[in-house]
Amino acid sequence: MRNYILRRIALTIPVIVLVTFGAFALLRMIPGSVVDLKAGTAQSEADTKRLEKQFGLDKPIPEQFLIWVGDLARGDLGESLWTTERVSTELRRRFPATAELALMASLIASTIALVAGTTAAIHQDSWLDRTIQFVTITGLAIPNFVLATLLISLPAIWWGKVIPEGYVPLSDHPLENLQKMIFPALILGAALAAILTRLVRSTMLEVLRQDYVRTAWAKGLAGRHVILRHALRNALLPVMTVWGLQIAALLGGTVIMESMFRIPGMGIATLNAVKQRDYGLAQVLILIFGLVYIFTSLAVDILYAYIDPRIRYT
Amino acid sequence: MESDRLYHGQLGVTAGNVAYHELAGRRSFPAAAWRGAWSFARQKPLGAAGVFVILVFVFVAVFADFIDRGDPNQLNPDHMLQAPNSQAWFGTDNLGRDLYSRVVHGARVALLVGFVAVGLATAAGTTIGLVSGFYGGKVDLVIQRFVDAILAFPVLVIALAVVTAVGPSLRNLMLAIAFVMTPGFSRVVRASVLGVRQNLYIEAAQAVGATTPRILLRHVLPNVTAPIIVVATGAIGSAILAEASLSFLGLGPPPPNATWGSMLAIEARFYITTAWWLAVVPSAAITFAVLGFNLFGDALRDVWDPRLRGTR
Repeated sequence: MRNYILRRIALTIPVIVLVTFGAFALLRMIPGSVVDLKAGTAQSEADTKRLEKQFGLDKPIPEQFLIWVGDLARGDLGESLWTTERVSTELRRRFPATAELALMASLIASTIALVAGTTAAIHQDSWLDRTIQFVTITGLAIPNFVLATLLISLPAIWWGKVIPEGYVPLSDHPLENLQKMIFPALILGAALAAILTRLVRSTMLEVLRQDYVRTAWAKGLAGRHVILRHALRNALLPVMTVWGLQIAALLGGTVIMESMFRIPGMGIATLNAVKQRDYGLAQVLILIFGLVYIFTSLAVDILYAYIDPRIRYT
Repeated sequence: MESDRLYHGQLGVTAGNVAYHELAGRRSFPAAAWRGAWSFARQKPLGAAGVFVILVFVFVAVFADFIDRGDPNQLNPDHMLQAPNSQAWFGTDNLGRDLYSRVVHGARVALLVGFVAVGLATAAGTTIGLVSGFYGGKVDLVIQRFVDAILAFPVLVIALAVVTAVGPSLRNLMLAIAFVMTPGFSRVVRASVLGVRQNLYIEAAQAVGATTPRILLRHVLPNVTAPIIVVATGAIGSAILAEASLSFLGLGPPPPNATWGSMLAIEARFYITTAWWLAVVPSAAITFAVLGFNLFGDALRDVWDPRLRGTR
């Protein structure tokens, strides 16, 4: 077990290095610089030079990278080149919104998937199963911005009610925060729920045919006990893996939800920072998205090995 | 290289050559194809429905210029925001443009992006997956770390950066989506190659002196095509969704080009309370198209490769 974990962590290190490099390089490959965009067209050569010097953009690219990594190592995230605000300040404001959105969405998705997927598997080929399958495959085909548009507009048309937009921190007004976050989280979680429901259903179908489940039935255990303790537990493993893989998609989806529901989160900030060539802010945001994915999949893999001993020995 | 063909000829049915022999023996191709299609439709009615939907969209995309009703970009200030009627079947938008024509031409963009992006991603992903899975060892280790790193970035952020870098256009949109999808494909192919590599016929081919490129192309590739086609079919749906999302964010072909995503972005959101058709028409187009590919992909997977069930 210890060897497996160490090996898995060792494999993660080069990926972290690559992602750090990628986050840095991605924006610098894009033509146009923050200096040009910021100063407009009417700037003199001297102004450009001065701004570049101020942002440290006059140094060679490799040196810029090393300076950035060095600052990161010392806990200095740098500053936004657009607003000159500290990135850490920006993050403190934006991170909670995106984290809450992503967590709520995965919580909603997992709950729906476990209930719907298990129900469908137990009642295989019944009308209930077919309905669930139909809803999930349709759900996969509807883009989340379409769902969001419908959710924002239909209540307004039918009942003259407006879905609350915007964001208040959880610590300020817990209830109002939940009211505003529940709708974007539902939509963000819908696609994940559809994917996971299909997965729970198919793995449950497989597990329910296993010998140990038949044994559990044969020795007269209660149905609920067999389903929850013997079958579902084993069906959860692949679900967990896919959930880990889908985190990247979920985080990407926050961009659209944040822009449609006016939530000042990291997703929309990344979009704007890339558009403004705000290297300072964008590279940190992209790095954080990457690291969240890397550590989530690391955690999932280790947890998987812990639960399923077969993994450790292969 | 006659030698290893001889070897297969003598043994007859190594897995790599089953499909090959089948194809060679299939003289009356149309009849057999029809029979195959019919049995597929009987077995998987939903999959057949998916094929039907796909064919309709392909027809619309190919013949867009013939079946549209006027120029999709023709402004018509006298007919703004008309509800669907006998003149404008799907209504008109806030600039008086005919929604039917726009959706028809949007199909062209969506399918082009879907097929081209997935085609590119399949080619690149298959090459990477074949090499990574077959060579194994250090090559695999290094390649997979790069794949991990690309997978770690949120899809939308990469696509966004790529499109911003090269400017929003149809071609760049396809490149961006292909780039984002490639690592996923390479994973699927690699996993299949790892299984195939264990087989005796690979060892046999090596023993008779077949070169590695030949083994990869003639012995490994034919045995991993089923999962590739299954994943690619579903991926076309995802690519269409990705195109819609990026166009929605203003990263698709620049206006006034009609794409389903951009139709929803600009026009629909402002007028939805008064003009529902602006949102419903492109939404329905996206949903049906993606659903078609998903249904077909699901059915293919069930028929060809039950092990892949629920991986998507």
